[in-house]
Amino acid sequence: MHEFVRNTSIIARREFVAYFSTPLATVFLIIFIALTGAFAFYVGGFFERGQADLAPFFQYHPWLYLLLVPAVAMRLWAEERKSGTIELLMTLPISPWEAILGKFLAAWAFIGVALLLTLPMWITVNVLGSPDNGVILAGYVGSFLMAGAFLAVGSCISALTKNQVIAFIVSATLCFLLVMSGLELVLNVLRAWTPGFLVTAVSSMSFLSHFDRIAKGVLDLSSVVFYVSLIAFALFANRIFVELKKAD
Amino acid sequence: MAVLIEASDLEKRFGEILAVDGISLEVKRGEVLGFLGPNGAGKSTTMKMLTGFLEPDAGSARIAGIDVLDEPKQAKRQLGYLPEGAPCYGDMTARGFLTFIAEIRGFDRDEAKRRVAGAVEKTQLSSVLEQTIETLSKGFKRRVAIAQAILHDPQVLIMDEPTDGLDPNQKHQVRRLIADMAADKAIIVSTHILEEVEAVCSRAVIINRGRIVADGTAEDLMRRLPYHNTIAMHVPAGRAEAVAKALSEFAAIAKVETVGTANGRVRLRASPHAGAPIPSDLASLIRARLIEAEEVHVERGNLDEVFRQITTSDAGTSHA
Repeated sequence: MHEFVRNTSIIARREFVAYFSTPLATVFLIIFIALTGAFAFYVGGFFERGQADLAPFFQYHPWLYLLLVPAVAMRLWAEERKSGTIELLMTLPISPWEAILGKFLAAWAFIGVALLLTLPMWITVNVLGSPDNGVILAGYVGSFLMAGAFLAVGSCISALTKNQVIAFIVSATLCFLLVMSGLELVLNVLRAWTPGFLVTAVSSMSFLSHFDRIAKGVLDLSSVVFYVSLIAFALFANRIFVELKKAD
Repeated sequence: MAVLIEASDLEKRFGEILAVDGISLEVKRGEVLGFLGPNGAGKSTTMKMLTGFLEPDAGSARIAGIDVLDEPKQAKRQLGYLPEGAPCYGDMTARGFLTFIAEIRGFDRDEAKRRVAGAVEKTQLSSVLEQTIETLSKGFKRRVAIAQAILHDPQVLIMDEPTDGLDPNQKHQVRRLIADMAADKAIIVSTHILEEVEAVCSRAVIINRGRIVADGTAEDLMRRLPYHNTIAMHVPAGRAEAVAKALSEFAAIAKVETVGTANGRVRLRASPHAGAPIPSDLASLIRARLIEAEEVHVERGNLDEVFRQITTSDAGTSHA
């Protein structure tokens, strides 16, 4: 157990530093902050609403993650496979799980940094009024969990290809489907020709409906379980894909 | 001597292609095994199975007695591996990369520092330690990858084309490094450069189409050449017959053939009785008999010829 933690954290540290060794980190962080701000202030009507909360800020997170998280995830395995370092990594005395988890946690921590950099928003609403800080905290936790789920899907897809662009496009598409599955638009189409339980199943798979609940301050267990089990499932698939495709 | 690398009946199939078709080999401590074969013969695939990167379809591999499939972590601890193309994390500095490897190999901070310093000294990397690996020349990149493989002083070292792309001086350095480490390790080196086999390897295995087609010392392999250990010489055309006759009178010589004519001189080849060595003083005896021969020398052949002969003959094709 001690060894597992040690190896995972060494991998994670290397991977985390790797984000900052290229301009990717800076570009990503700037765009993330600019976009979360722009959506909250201009699209979400942060000031016009006259309410001291961060609902307009969190509301657009699923749509931002849709594009930004696959960009963070795409290099995780595709790059290892393209440069051949996967052969080096997998012949070191570590288990595949340590490598997969280490990489995932590094990318997740990187997104965590991006989220932390939006904390001035939180401070701002506290200066302007007296928001329900519990709701905001729940929003941050939910947003971080949702990012983790997007990320696990992206990491898993990244193991399937050597091409980072393909990894990006495929995982962005998958994430789009996961978000969309909760919209009335999609559910209405389904309702016309599928049994009710399937509609419920599809809508319960939606990132949107789970996130909406959390963003309203309801950090209910089922949503947490949903995101966590999606992460677990995607990482499990990731493990299989790494094994299957490493030699190609 | 302890057997440190052991492969038994390794098999690997990629789709329709049988890349490795029943390879078994053993390498003992102190041995440097040269792994030869044409491109696509299955060298790299075999090495990937030995190191536990690829799972064989059949057969097993053991490193220092530990099965690489049953106890992968234990086996990989005993192993230093230089993969084909010497991949490294290009965005890291050489020091950062080697420190990462040392940490993941379980050394604490101080020991990791010492290990990195030791490997850097052996591979002469100190001048580029703070540079990112992607900015390094090919020679330095390869040495970083070699440093990574030897840093934990493993009992078993497997190197896929360690001197590929290096200039002659760097090749020489790497070969000397391998020779220096040979005494207490079992080493496999794959290569295309046959002189390398003579320079560093105590044994050579040639594989073709996924099977071992030859196994022995460089000398053993050269003995397979039809002209190995024959005497070749040039004589003026007019004297050829007389010389041939004089030669055949030597007890050690079984037959004399004319190989060709060029510039008014005939090339003769004298072969000894099968398996018998050429008497060391034969050349001087020939001269003492006033046989006007020029360029008398014993033909040993070279590994290139052995390689070509073995890998282009029908020996390997029956298992295609």
